[in-house]
Amino acid sequence: MVFVYGFISWSGYVSLSNYNTIVPDFSFAGLKNYIYLFQDFRFQAGLRNTLFFTILFIGAVIVSGLVLAILLDKSVKGESVFRNIFLFPMALSFVVTGVVWQWLLHPSTGFNYFLKFLNIEPKWYTDTNILAGFKWGSIEFGLPVAIIAVVIAAVWQMTGFSLAMYIAGLRAIPEEVREAARMDGASEFQVYMRVVIPMLMPITMSVVIIMAHISLKIFDLIYAMTGSGANFVTDVPGLYMFETTFRGNYYANGAAISIIMLLLVAVFIVPYLWTNRKGDQ
Amino acid sequence: MCKRIQNQKKGEIILRKFYSLLLLVALVLVIAACGANDKDNANDKNNKASDNAANDNNDSASGDGGTVEIFSWWTGAGEEEGLLALIDLFNELQPDITVENAAVAGGAGTNAKAVLTTRMQGNDPPSTFQVHGGEELNKSWVAADKMEPINDLYEANDWMDKFPDELIELVSDGDDIYSVPVNVHRGNVVFYNKAVFEEHGIEVPTTLDEFFDVAEKLQAAGVTPLALGDKESWEATMIFENLLAAELGTDGYLDLFAGDIEFDDPKIVKVAEDLGKVLEYVNEDHASRNWQDSAQLVAEGEAAMLNMGDWAKGYFVNDLKLETNEDFGYFAFPGTDGDFSVITDTFGKPKGIDDVPATEEFLTFLGSTEAQDVFNPIKGSIPARIDADVEKYDAYGQDTMEDFKTANLFPSLAHGSAASEGFVTKANQAVNIFVTQGDVDNFITALKNAAPDM
Repeated sequence: MVFVYGFISWSGYVSLSNYNTIVPDFSFAGLKNYIYLFQDFRFQAGLRNTLFFTILFIGAVIVSGLVLAILLDKSVKGESVFRNIFLFPMALSFVVTGVVWQWLLHPSTGFNYFLKFLNIEPKWYTDTNILAGFKWGSIEFGLPVAIIAVVIAAVWQMTGFSLAMYIAGLRAIPEEVREAARMDGASEFQVYMRVVIPMLMPITMSVVIIMAHISLKIFDLIYAMTGSGANFVTDVPGLYMFETTFRGNYYANGAAISIIMLLLVAVFIVPYLWTNRKGDQ
Repeated sequence: MCKRIQNQKKGEIILRKFYSLLLLVALVLVIAACGANDKDNANDKNNKASDNAANDNNDSASGDGGTVEIFSWWTGAGEEEGLLALIDLFNELQPDITVENAAVAGGAGTNAKAVLTTRMQGNDPPSTFQVHGGEELNKSWVAADKMEPINDLYEANDWMDKFPDELIELVSDGDDIYSVPVNVHRGNVVFYNKAVFEEHGIEVPTTLDEFFDVAEKLQAAGVTPLALGDKESWEATMIFENLLAAELGTDGYLDLFAGDIEFDDPKIVKVAEDLGKVLEYVNEDHASRNWQDSAQLVAEGEAAMLNMGDWAKGYFVNDLKLETNEDFGYFAFPGTDGDFSVITDTFGKPKGIDDVPATEEFLTFLGSTEAQDVFNPIKGSIPARIDADVEKYDAYGQDTMEDFKTANLFPSLAHGSAASEGFVTKANQAVNIFVTQGDVDNFITALKNAAPDM
């Protein structure tokens, strides 16, 4: 209790203080640090990146996991081999994934070495363009192209997880249900769209919750792969928190960032816990 | 007969399964090891090193002369060897004192600084620790009242005229001196590929205008004029600080960081514009490279020049196996000839340490010519003392030592000597944004807003 909630409230306390130098200063600052952050270019960019990263990452993990699970569930030959191959990246740490994909998506080496012959040379994580961007606050709001490279790496790693969840879910759906649907004249596609996928809803919910808290707190993958990037196109609050606190000695700002991150995760977790509790009753 | 064959086959299958499992486990281990590679290797080495050091001591003496724990981020090629050579020499001279090497790897010292902060805040300071001279020392540890002045050591060893005055000023707060400089790196050096310069008939540029002419010529010839790897953004900040020195001179540079010149001064605006111009001549994939990767561009002849601290010389010579003055040459950043951007590693005496006499012995040792002449040739830096033995250094080192005696020194911003760490992180952020956006007004505003943290 003390080690979790005690420290959370300590962070909350520090985030309201003037402790922005190496010499502790716990005088009350009100919401000064929060106001500073929301006006700060880097923090705004970090929130934007987190938003798009989360949407793309969760979407891609769900779709790829589901498609692979359905294909494997059709009992293709060598199913267990494929299942293990897809699951394997999950055994790696994000740091490994980051380092490997940093090479693969390096604009001068990696995939571009081959794509060069097709005359396509994406700049991957060094691309500073913002798609459909418009000025909002001090940043350009829109989809940062560079974040797509990070999403690819993250999806590669976490697809195995949603795959495993979905396979378990698919196995739990009795064959009779599908038979019944087919008897009613549903095509195979309709069986999936109308019957199987809705029945997998609880699984999807769990995947979303788990992936959301991974993506909102993501740090290690980005730290190892791209750093905060030119113009902060791949920066995330976690990275900003680390650098401002431990390099710049802005303890109060750092604490404020972590509190905001906590609130963001809570946005996802609290409704989930709530519905779970309701379900229990 | 038949059964036996069957059994044999079964056995074989089981064996094969076992082997494939083993292979899988091995694969997992290998991959896991690759990732943790950097950190673990370095840590292992350090542990071994400190074990060795400790063992040596226990073997050779009773070890009751006390213990010194040296905290640093010297774990890379060259610097780790240098540190171990230092410890060996100290063990020879002071066999009674046990030396513990507590080095933390990674991130050009940023990881170590995080660990150090935790230890200092928790009142568990190491006996002595590596810190860049300048504001990194003064604005943090001295300001937080965590350091003990060591004026008595300077007096006892007659150090006052052995180190340049400007250097002593850098490690002092008022009249109190807080640390011993061990080495000096120069930050305003441009390394260049000699073959590329010759091929295009280019002379070494000495002024900014000449530099831009040269860059234009190189770009027209299809060579990247300036290699940059600003994945960590301080690399670009180094160009900014050298431009500041070129425009303001060292006195103006010092005034700026003393707060006597505002950041929206027309001169600083001009520097920002120049920085924007310089950035037009860098490689396109700069954001994906660190400084070593950008040095490779120069080594391979894809780029002509590189602005980097002279630790890059060690990388060229030791890692890329190039010859100084043959494969690559060097010159002072255009417009800063006669100026010397100082990055100095120093060691001080924290308050509340266990073994004060042993630590003082070690600090005295660090300030001696013997120690500096053992460490610096290996690390590739020059000694902070002006009376060191020139013969022990290579051509580049001798050249730089000569410059160091006469040049006007100015502290590096990117390496935390010119301003507080808080300002440095904010300046790095501003530079990072400027590199992409090129918006001078934004850049100046960001710097001006950060100035109170200086």
